[in-house]
Order: sequence, then structure tokens, then C-alpha cells
Amino acid sequence: MEIRELQGYASFFMTIFLVVMLYWYIVYLYRSEKKGEKDYEKLGNIALDDEIDSPPINTSDPLPSENKEQNK
Amino acid sequence: MQSNAALEYDYSVAKLFTYTAILFGFVGMLIGTLIAAQLAFPELNYLLGEYGTFSRLRPLHTNVVIYGFTLSGVWATFYYSAQRVLKVSMAESKFIMFLGKFHFGLYLVAAVAMVLTLLMGITTSKEYAQMEWPLDIIIVVIWVTWGLAMFALIGIRREKALYISMWYFIACFLGVAMLYLFNNMEVPTYFASGGVGSMMHSVSMYAGTNDALVQWWWGHNAVAFVFTVPIVAMIYYFLPKESGQAVYSYKLSLLSFWGLMFVYLWAGSHHLLWSTVPDWMQTMGSIFSVVLILPSWGSAINMLLTMKGEWNQLTENPLIKFMVLASTFYMLSTLEGPIQAIKSVNAIAHFTDWIPGHVHDGVLGWVAFMIMAALFHMAPRMFKREIYSKKLIEAQFWLQTTAVVLYFTSMWIAGITQGMMWRAVDEYGNLMYSFIDTVTVLHPYYAIRALSGVLFLTGFLMFAYNMVKTMTSSRKLEEEPQFSSPMA
Repeated sequence: MEIRELQGYASFFMTIFLVVMLYWYIVYLYRSEKKGEKDYEKLGNIALDDEIDSPPINTSDPLPSENKEQNK
Repeated sequence: MQSNAALEYDYSVAKLFTYTAILFGFVGMLIGTLIAAQLAFPELNYLLGEYGTFSRLRPLHTNVVIYGFTLSGVWATFYYSAQRVLKVSMAESKFIMFLGKFHFGLYLVAAVAMVLTLLMGITTSKEYAQMEWPLDIIIVVIWVTWGLAMFALIGIRREKALYISMWYFIACFLGVAMLYLFNNMEVPTYFASGGVGSMMHSVSMYAGTNDALVQWWWGHNAVAFVFTVPIVAMIYYFLPKESGQAVYSYKLSLLSFWGLMFVYLWAGSHHLLWSTVPDWMQTMGSIFSVVLILPSWGSAINMLLTMKGEWNQLTENPLIKFMVLASTFYMLSTLEGPIQAIKSVNAIAHFTDWIPGHVHDGVLGWVAFMIMAALFHMAPRMFKREIYSKKLIEAQFWLQTTAVVLYFTSMWIAGITQGMMWRAVDEYGNLMYSFIDTVTVLHPYYAIRALSGVLFLTGFLMFAYNMVKTMTSSRKLEEEPQFSSPMA
């Protein structure tokens, strides 16, 4: 097999792999929110509440336990 | 030990880059307007001897607006917004302050050297990579310094989650770092020729088609990682902040980010359609360009939806007007580009004026609008004064919007006319028109483009005047505005 043919296969399979990764990422984002493990939408507030002395938002952390219960 | 209450964000570096953004914006656009006029009225080529010719000034225009105006705008907004979204002040670390000031100082030296060398005709002749090797080395140092400052700020942050703008700034840093190094691998002709050539003139380490591929891998990704990624970073921070509305969908912003990163790097070969590049590579460039619509529109629609229920702000706040129109021009430009990358369309569009038309609805309508709006937003916070004149911003908005529309519509017509005339053959298969026939037909459109340049430049002068008055003589503010920027 020539190097160019190998490059062609490598390029094709890498594209497929990255597409699968991207779709997996979409599923991961929605699933982790549904399970109550993360709340990505609250991260949007980082731009709004950006005073140096305002408390960090850090909502990628797990939600409080009562929210978890509600989401189950 | 300093308490949090005494801490303030430090905008000294952001201010320095704001000044250079205004300066280089004016210089770059002035040269752009002049060369647009030269295309319509060729006698304007002879104003300043060799230094005033189109061929000498065109690279100067592109380099000054890209690396002077745009990068200054990117770094001004970075040094402003990164502190805020990370909730950490540059003043908290002497090392970061040093890096920021060193970054600016070296950048200013390189920018002045770039202007002088290009004016003197010292160039590698590779589009958007014209700077010769000594400057390339300085640019690597500047870029690494920025990276150090960015990661040092990230390292001491209080806000653990990185806001989406930071992802885009990081991508800008990494993307340009990788591509710039590969594309600027060059050897001075003095060494390549065994002592006959010059130390100040270099040739690429790649040859022929390979050189073209690497060049456009870089060239297109200069558009991606200088004109798109950091500008998206800006809009994700400044539009929500100015409007007081959190980004419509944070998850969509994450998806669009990874989509953009995945797709953009593969699209560069669309610059080489119908050339000696392997056919499969051209097709790949076309396909990835079309797919690129999705992540681009993902961000743009996300921004428009951020204004959901708050569209009244569009009439009340001219900065929102600028940013919403910037987002709209981003959509137009990222739809137009993929259309041009379709091989059959490209057969007409390639080498015609439609291409600079496309570039300019992106750079004027998207990049420049967004940078000016961001600097306007920053001004009351950095200088603790309200914006000098709302009326002037309104007038500037309409003047510049008219300019952008005149630019791209005239170039659409010119480009398609040109492409059709170049290809037209008579019943025997002979070409129907010579090159000068197309030039004659295109003259009115070139004149319209020159006029649009004058309008946009006038608008930029209004922006510069408004900014200078804001810095020096506008009403002082007692406290920092939370969302909407105060203006007289």
C-alpha cells in the first residue's frame, strides 16, 4: 500500500472518528444536564456577573442535592 | 495583604492596545481607500514614487488592518474581558503585568517594523505572510508572551469554569501558533544560493504545489483564527454584557465551538480550486467549506436569540445595533464563502472582484463593527467617563452600514461580470473579450468601491473622535455601569 493511499484511509477514518466524537459530546452535554450533574446554562451568567468581588459561578459543579432529586 | 474590596481590574494594557487599534485602524483603512481609488483612477499610483504604487501599498493595507487594527482590537478586548470572566485582576501578579506590557511593547516595535519593511518592498510575497524572517521571529516571541500571559491569568483565576469567550481566545492562540510556524519555514536566499542572494530575502522551504497548500492552509486559517475565532470571543462577552441578557444557549455555544474547530482547519484548499492541487483535496476543501455554515450560524443565531424579547434595545442602544448587525454580516459572509467554495461557482468567482467583496462584508461588517462596538463598551469602564456622543455613534452606524452595502454589492456585480466575460466564447470557441474590455466595464463599480471606502473611513474617524473625546473630556462617572453603556 502506498503512502498516499494510507493517507487517504487515515484522513477518512479520522474524519469519521471526529464526527462520532462530536455527536457523543452533544449527547454527553444533554445527558449530564438531564441527570442533574451539570448546569451549563448557568455559565452564561459569568459574562453578566463579572465584578471582581462577586462570587464565582462555577456551575459546572454538581447541582445542589434537591435539584438532583427533582431531575430524577 | 490586599483585601478583595480594594482590588480592581487593571486596564492599563487594554488601554494601550485600544490606542493602537484606533491608530492602525485609521492608517489601514486610509491605505485601503487609496488603493481602491487607484484601481478606479490609475493615475493615483504616481503620487509618492515607488512607495505609492498599488503593488507596494496593497500588502501594507492587508497587514496593517489584520495585524495592526484587528490584533490590537483582539488584545485590547482580551486584556479587558479575560480579567472579568476569570474574576482576577492583572494587578494581582507583577509577572502578568510585566508580560502584558512586554507583549504590547514588542508588538509596537514589530508593527512599526512591519510597516517600514513592507513600504521598502521587503517581502516574502506570500499573501498575509509577507513579513520577512527577522519579523517572523519577533512575532513568535510576541505570540508566546501572549500565551504566557493568558495561561498565567487562567492559572490564578477565581472563576473555575472557563467562559466560552476564553475557549475562543485559547483557540486563537493555539491555531495561529501552529499554522504560523509551518507556513513561515523559510531560508534566506543568501544561504539557499551559496552567498549570491540576500540575507533579508527568503524563500519558502516548500516547493510548488506543496508550498501553495501550506500557504493557503495558513491563509484561510488566518481568516479563521484572526478574523473569526477571537471576534466570536468578543461577541460572546460584549453582546450579553451590553444587553444584560445571558447567552441564549450555552450548550449551543460549546457545540459551535467544537464544530468550528473541527471543520475550519480543513477548508483552506478551497483557495486552490481548479489549480494543480490533487482533485480529492479540492473536493474536501469544498465539502468542509459548506459544512462550515453549521458552526458559524450556530454562533450567529445564538447571538441573535440572545436578544429574544429584548429587541427594543436595538432601537435604544447603538452599540447593540452594531453588534447585532455584526452578527448578521457574519451570517452573510459565512454563507457567501461556502457558496464561492462550490467548484462550479468558483469557476466563475475565482480571481474576480467577488472575492474581495466577500472578504470585506466579513471584515468591515463583522470584524470592524464588532471591534468598534467592543471598544465603545469598554471605554466608560476603562476611562470612567460616559461615551461622548450617542448621536455620533448613530450617524457613524448608518454611514458605515451604507459603505459596507455599497462595497459588497458593487463587487458582486463586478465579480460576476468579470467572471462571465473572462469565460465568454464565440461560436468558434474564441474568447470574446480581452482583459482591458473587462476593466472598462468594471470602472463604475471600482469607483463605487472607492466611494464606499471614503464613507467607511469617515465613519472610522467619527469613531476615533468619539473615543478620544470620551477619554479626555466626557462627563465623569461615579460608578461603573453594569450593563448598557452610558452615553451623552
